Amino acid sequence: MKLLRAHNLSKSFGGVQAVQDVDFDLEQGEIRAIIGANGAGKTTFVSLLSGRITATAGTIEFRGQDITDLPIHKRVRKGIAYTFQITSIFPNLTVLENAAIAAQNRFHASPATIPTDGHPDIYRNANAALQQVGITALQDEPAGAIAYGHQRLLEVAMGLALNPLLLIFDEPTQGLSDAEIQDFCKLVKQINQSTTVLLIEHNMSVVMSLAHRITVFDRGQVLAQGSPDQIRNNANVQAAYLG
Amino acid sequence: MTPAKINSGNSRKIISLHLAVIVILFLLQFVLPEYHHLTMTRIMILAIFAMGYNVLFGYTGLLSLGHAMFFGAGLYGAGLTAYHLGWSVPLAFASGIIAGALLSLLVGCIALRTTGVAFMIVTMMLAQVAYLATLYFTRYTRGDEGLVLSQASRSFEFFGATVDLTNPSTRYNLSLALLGITMSIIYRLVRGKTGRALVAIRENEPRAQMLGYNTFAIKLKALLVSGTLSATAGATFALLFAYIGSSFTTIQYSIDALLFTLLGGPGTVLGPALGTFLMFYLVDIASQYTTAYLLVTGLALIFLVLYFPKGILGTIKHRWLPWLP
Ligand SMILES: Nc1ncnc2c1ncn2[C@@H]1O[C@H](COP(=O)(O)OP(=O)(O)OP(=O)(O)O)[C@@H](O)[C@H]1O
Ligand SMILES: [Mg+2]
Repeated sequence: MKLLRAHNLSKSFGGVQAVQDVDFDLEQGEIRAIIGANGAGKTTFVSLLSGRITATAGTIEFRGQDITDLPIHKRVRKGIAYTFQITSIFPNLTVLENAAIAAQNRFHASPATIPTDGHPDIYRNANAALQQVGITALQDEPAGAIAYGHQRLLEVAMGLALNPLLLIFDEPTQGLSDAEIQDFCKLVKQINQSTTVLLIEHNMSVVMSLAHRITVFDRGQVLAQGSPDQIRNNANVQAAYLG
Repeated sequence: MTPAKINSGNSRKIISLHLAVIVILFLLQFVLPEYHHLTMTRIMILAIFAMGYNVLFGYTGLLSLGHAMFFGAGLYGAGLTAYHLGWSVPLAFASGIIAGALLSLLVGCIALRTTGVAFMIVTMMLAQVAYLATLYFTRYTRGDEGLVLSQASRSFEFFGATVDLTNPSTRYNLSLALLGITMSIIYRLVRGKTGRALVAIRENEPRAQMLGYNTFAIKLKALLVSGTLSATAGATFALLFAYIGSSFTTIQYSIDALLFTLLGGPGTVLGPALGTFLMFYLVDIASQYTTAYLLVTGLALIFLVLYFPKGILGTIKHRWLPWLP
């Protein structure tokens, strides 16, 4: 089943055509990687999906529903979570409170499953998210004071606390150590058991080990799309990007 | 400033603390000399104003320089209806509160399109418009000179009992009751989901939005609560002290709300009340020695912003009592 479908999606900033007539769809349950050179339009494209910016033209469907004109918060509540390319947390609040802020707006497939016990429930879900990324021990620290790698994990935990159907990462491994990157890959595989994952990634070994399919962006357009092997062997991609 | 985790031990401590404050204020009236008795009544009303201001500034992170207009909406909403239409005290009081709520929504729809410095300027300009309006409609407001409510319009029947607002003890205890109600409204608001949403907006609005919060609606709600509480203080002031003048809508009063909040501790329930108490007496004492008490206000403001941004209770909370709401 298609989870998400974008049709003819375009975005221009003044004269710059950052995203141009992109057709794109996501299969439920897959891990999709988006790769492409700096300035290719990757962040702009996923920002259109999350609602952070509005499209100049084109449509977006999520679970068969047109979400093109929905504001950000409504898309989140439909199950689309987005983590920023530049770490964006609540630095003055504790790690647990950061996760609780997300857990409060947890996605529920049907109103009937929304629990009524309020706060305890929020903290239970926040805790579960911290546990999943492995930073429970830091829960009472101010988020601004923990290590960068842990802040990235907190970002992921905030995404998870939303219980999303689709989790979008924008360059999640940027600035992480090799060991942290390995852990991150394990984490994504685990997350993928229940959630569709879309990630923008420059690190090709991460892409090759995680992605079921890869979409290559070049100057605002989709240059190629396919399995890791197909992309590796694609002549256009090699010429334009992999070198 | 993190809302501490909910646990029953903390809520018992918190409720005891707030009750203790109310009880102390209640007992004070029996020992205070007349002058201070009256001063405390004023302070409690202004504390309601500051606590309302704090919902927007301390918890939501929006610095308004125009809250005097909400105080004024309550003051005139109650005062004009009592004076010109002869409305009874309860009706006039309600009309002041409703005027404040309506003005809050209106101002919210205009000013919440902006944030930061632009928000300060827009709220200041709107408050200036409100101030000029009180002068422009001099026929009804008598501008600077103001209106004085008649003796007769200041008592009302309440479940068979006659409440006389010229009685100092009645005024003191009514103000105290309203302060207690305000405290519990704010406490409930900031301890719940709304409080978490407000703090999320204060700390990082784009992220809050990306975590599913309708930040405009939440800010509008904060402004509505904030403006309506400020108006409640204004309406109380008008009815208890029987004087309604445009000086209450000047920028001076907007700055006072900011100052009281900064001194006591933005983002804490009791901070603004403490700040109001201390600042009121500071200015009171300073004005015995100098007519330049505005200078005191200005200097205090600069000092607080530069060296003491968490205020008294904010600092205590940060250092020693993280459970303080
Ligand atoms: N807000 C904006 N205003 C103007 N131009 C923009 C804006 N955002 C992006 N652009 C331009 O759009 C193009 C695509 O940028 P985008 O950030 O989407 O690229 P990217 O593929 O994410 O690059 P990177 O790998 O460096 O993150 C670039 O030319 C960029 O300069
Ligand atoms: Mg990018």
